Amino acid sequence: MSFQIVVCGGIAPDPLQTLEPVAGPALKNEMMLPAVLDPWGSHALYEAAHLAKQFPGSRVVLVSMSPRSKLQQVLMTVAQKVAFELVAVDGPSNGFTDSAAVAEVLAAAIEEIAGLDKSKLIVSGGWESATRGSGTTMQMVGERLGITEQFQGVDELRVVDGGGFEIVERLEGGKRQVSRCSGAPMVLGWATGNLPEPANQPQVGMANMRVIMPALQKARPAGAVAVPEYRSVTLPGVQRDTRIVRDLSPAEIAKEIVEWINS
Amino acid sequence: MNVLVLLHTDERGALGRGALEAVGVAAGLGLPVTVGIVGESVQAAADSLAGLGAAAVFGVEGAEFGSARYSTDAAAAEAICRAADGCGLVVAPGTSRWMRALPGVAQRVGARVDSHVVGLAADGSGAMVARRWVYRNRMEAAVTRPTPWMVLLDSGAGAAWSGPNGAVEVQRSTVDVLSSRTEVLRVESPQADQQTIRPEAKLLMVAGAGWTKKQKDGQTHVPEASELIQDLLRLTGASLGSSKSLVDLGSEGESVLPFLTHMHQVGQTGSSPRHAKGLATCCHGEEPHVVGWRFVNERRAVNLDANCGWGRKKADVLYVADAFEVAREIRKLLGA
Repeated sequence: MSFQIVVCGGIAPDPLQTLEPVAGPALKNEMMLPAVLDPWGSHALYEAAHLAKQFPGSRVVLVSMSPRSKLQQVLMTVAQKVAFELVAVDGPSNGFTDSAAVAEVLAAAIEEIAGLDKSKLIVSGGWESATRGSGTTMQMVGERLGITEQFQGVDELRVVDGGGFEIVERLEGGKRQVSRCSGAPMVLGWATGNLPEPANQPQVGMANMRVIMPALQKARPAGAVAVPEYRSVTLPGVQRDTRIVRDLSPAEIAKEIVEWINS
Repeated sequence: MNVLVLLHTDERGALGRGALEAVGVAAGLGLPVTVGIVGESVQAAADSLAGLGAAAVFGVEGAEFGSARYSTDAAAAEAICRAADGCGLVVAPGTSRWMRALPGVAQRVGARVDSHVVGLAADGSGAMVARRWVYRNRMEAAVTRPTPWMVLLDSGAGAAWSGPNGAVEVQRSTVDVLSSRTEVLRVESPQADQQTIRPEAKLLMVAGAGWTKKQKDGQTHVPEASELIQDLLRLTGASLGSSKSLVDLGSEGESVLPFLTHMHQVGQTGSSPRHAKGLATCCHGEEPHVVGWRFVNERRAVNLDANCGWGRKKADVLYVADAFEVAREIRKLLGA
């Protein structure tokens, strides 16, 4: 048994960066901001690599629509963690594009992957991005590829004896739904999963870069990607005037906190 | 333009709070409202909306729609969207069930979709404008679209609709579900006394990585930290949240609080819960975590570091103190 796992993941500004919207809309100094592979997309990639490792002959392909130069910087780090192939589309990866337009580009890129066997296909990605954060793109990618077995907020994927998968999805209030799917093709929108971030492995990085650099060179331009009509994009206005309390005893603090909780 | 409110029943066969909020938002738009309901049985839910005066109520029901599953839910919702042809705007609650299925339905019916919408209203020109957050709650966008347009509302986006029950005629559609390859096996819920994620709680209590670090005596006190936190949750009825750094410690092989999972994570790669008040303990208040506090109005923090993020205009009050000592005193005051 083997799988063909396609992971969709764009890049996002490093979470520690200060973000500011400008007309367009766009991010101020967007191309200057340090970037990372989208966090939930990263989880999807690590889970994909973990699954592929268990089933020899499996294949992991990262499909990313991102500005090519920024993607290259990000992949210098990501490529050291797990082995994968790359299909790059040179296009925007910001939070203002329309998820339907992004899904169209991603689905087209997946369709063009050479040697793709749809009967073994698992399309995965983050259940939401750290940019648009809509949680709508993967479903539309799946629909465009004709895949109607889809799971979102996935925390765990287990291959069961006799074929098929058990999938654990997040629901509200700390609940989880466990489903069984008879097999590929399917779409997985990953939440955090269960795996730690893999350690850097320089030998994996060197092997990856031999296929990643040519793939980056071949990145085709996405062309114009639709953007909804924005009336405004603003930073939240609330700034708190923090009262810093240094001179109260633990008992006094506890009393104040309990009064506040009960107020 | 007509509005279709697309709902599903909950495990009781009724409409949940999110569904009623979606009805409230749709009713507040001042446009004719059509209702669509998916569930194992939809009549009782439809009857509960009798006072809405909907132009029509469509339903898809059957045992296979009692569980949340993409293939059947998408087929059912698509059938309703097509039956309610002419409704340019579709409003739905952003439950996990609809968040899974409706974006795919939007693709099928040629609609655009926006999710995590926290407000929907007509502007001065009569155009519908949705407000939603981008970059994980770091900026707020107001967006408008041509129809057909599907809008998934976050909880709290509007007041829950309420009105009298009555007999409602439901126009039922039949949906072919033979092609589904997915079987829902079970829903796992934490036992009531172990349930620490409580969306309805007034207070969010966040435990940060400091609880597992070495304390004044040079030792870690994870068992006591675990006991203190659980006692406070029990005594206050708070919902538990955590920072990514604490949750990640478990996967890095360090000693951790046994009841914490990634589902407790609040922030950039976690949730953005809605509680009236939030108390952060042993948590640095870095931006990737604090973006998850966007909808927590009153914020207090206990931390030994006066220069932590909470002190930089992110909390209303920062107590510079040992969280162990403060937690023991709170426990004492609350009568444990």
